[in-house]
Amino acid sequence: MSDVGISGLSVTYGATRAVNALDLEVAEGEWLTLVGPNGAGKSSILRALARLTPYAGRIEIGREDVARLAGRQLARRVAIVLQVPHMPAGMTVAQYVMLGRSPHLGYLGRERPRDVEVVAEVLKRLSLDAFAGRTLDQLSGGERQRAAIGRALAQEAPVLLIDEPTSSLDISRQQEVLELIDEVRASRGLTVIAAMHDLTLAGQYADRLALLVDGRLVMAGRPDEVLTEPVISNHYGAKVHVIRDGSDTPAVLPVRARKSKDPA
Amino acid sequence: MTAQVIAAPLRVAGLPRLRWLPATIGVAALLGAALLGVLVGPAHISAGTVLQVLTGSTNGDPGQASILWQLRFPRVGLGALVGAMLATAGAAYQGVFRNPLADPYLLGAAAGANLGATLAIAFGSGALLIGVNVVPLAAFVGAGVAVGAAYVLGRTVTGVRSTTALILAGVAVATFFNAVQTYVQQTQTDTIRQVYSWILGRLVTAGWDGVVLVLPYIGISVGVILLHRRLLDALSVGDEEVTSLGISARRVRLLVVVAATLGTAAAVAIAGTIAFVGIIVPHTVRLLFGRSYRVVIPLSVLFGGAFLVLADTAARTVVAPAELSIGVVTAFIGAPFFIVVMRSTRAAEL
Repeated sequence: MSDVGISGLSVTYGATRAVNALDLEVAEGEWLTLVGPNGAGKSSILRALARLTPYAGRIEIGREDVARLAGRQLARRVAIVLQVPHMPAGMTVAQYVMLGRSPHLGYLGRERPRDVEVVAEVLKRLSLDAFAGRTLDQLSGGERQRAAIGRALAQEAPVLLIDEPTSSLDISRQQEVLELIDEVRASRGLTVIAAMHDLTLAGQYADRLALLVDGRLVMAGRPDEVLTEPVISNHYGAKVHVIRDGSDTPAVLPVRARKSKDPA
Repeated sequence: MTAQVIAAPLRVAGLPRLRWLPATIGVAALLGAALLGVLVGPAHISAGTVLQVLTGSTNGDPGQASILWQLRFPRVGLGALVGAMLATAGAAYQGVFRNPLADPYLLGAAAGANLGATLAIAFGSGALLIGVNVVPLAAFVGAGVAVGAAYVLGRTVTGVRSTTALILAGVAVATFFNAVQTYVQQTQTDTIRQVYSWILGRLVTAGWDGVVLVLPYIGISVGVILLHRRLLDALSVGDEEVTSLGISARRVRLLVVVAATLGTAAAVAIAGTIAFVGIIVPHTVRLLFGRSYRVVIPLSVLFGGAFLVLADTAARTVVAPAELSIGVVTAFIGAPFFIVVMRSTRAAEL
């Protein structure tokens, strides 16, 4: 069971309330993407789900209260890829991906053949097998992102949280990474909760979008329901053109209020 | 007849493990250094005699056997133990604090030991407590109190990363203890030479007492750190990410710091505050054999032991019949050696 239930979730940093009384359900195998302007609370929600930040309210994964799980139990249910993962220089890709097996080992345990098998499979699946012995500092941005996802997949957790998976990647690598996540989601039945800024990409890959503003859920629904010109203009304060080509994944195009090439 | 295919164990490139060659070099270095340490001294003793004495042969000169058993074996043994401990503790501290300049004295162990020893020398030199000389005992207690105070103080600070808070607390405690130590030293000028000699470190022992005294602490400490080598690698991704992997960074840090402190306190209690070993040895191992703690910790045990035995051999031969302080030798040969290693490999790997 990997459905996620969030009720009354609040995250506070000092006097700032980053997430305010959030209620949200994510079905098993669903891809939900959190969207919203900067400071909307997207990352804070992901961090609370992974228990990396204190929170008030209740989070359930497969009907189990996250607050009651031991650290290792939680890490076997939830894997998170942070926006800027820390990648120690000198650590090899294989060693980094192997860290994902930690929740399956005892405190002082050592990796068994099964763990090596999982790492080999993940490296192959992410086309990282040729880089296994290379150190993380020798990788390109796209390869590093794949390594970070590889570590999360090696956890074999049914829920994958991913914060801005495509930031700092070129358009081709963005597609590559998102396709990869979708492929793994389909084959493993993963529940994916992502936070993204790019609305078009968010709409193309997610089953549902949840729009947040100032820590509150404004609306949740299919991408074509959320990505409308009035909604975006109202909550982002941005002027956009939403292109619908007949499919249910609209493209969001920013529009300049005044073109610089216009004669003064 | 059916053909049976036995699958070979799966190998993935890039997974760190201690390989035979570096391990063999480490063992050879330790044994070589120990042999040299046993052979060198005012009385000439041949390698054959050492072998005879070790194997219990009765043909040897009883005087030489006595020199070996009473003086040289325990001294070499103590050097190996203290060196292994300081190098391992240095590597462990660098791992838990993710700071390449961390050494076993980072949280105030040296300052605490120095104050404890200074107080004991100034006010109770030669005194015994339950049959044990009070100076190492006071140094042990001083080191423990200083690191304990730094830990408690570091935990109460909020608003900065827990490792940063701990290091800052260590600096504050060390500064305070150093101030008290300097004050006591200046008001008790008749013992100043003794205090300096202690602070710079020495391995002068009579028999096996010192070895027996530190062995349990160093054994437990090195054992606990060795068991944590996988977790020390995991800590390098940072507290937050290691937490998301189900590992309690705080628990790892506490256990490793307690183990490293216990061993370091035992080492400084018996040998004084020998500098540089905890930085030079782990970094040299890293530069030569790889950065994973699965490699760095066991090799630091071996090379740390070898390095200090060699340094001690130099300390008692260079100005013989007098002896140099071992801390002078470790700095004198260690620092240039470290620079050579650093220049000849990739310094960025530090």
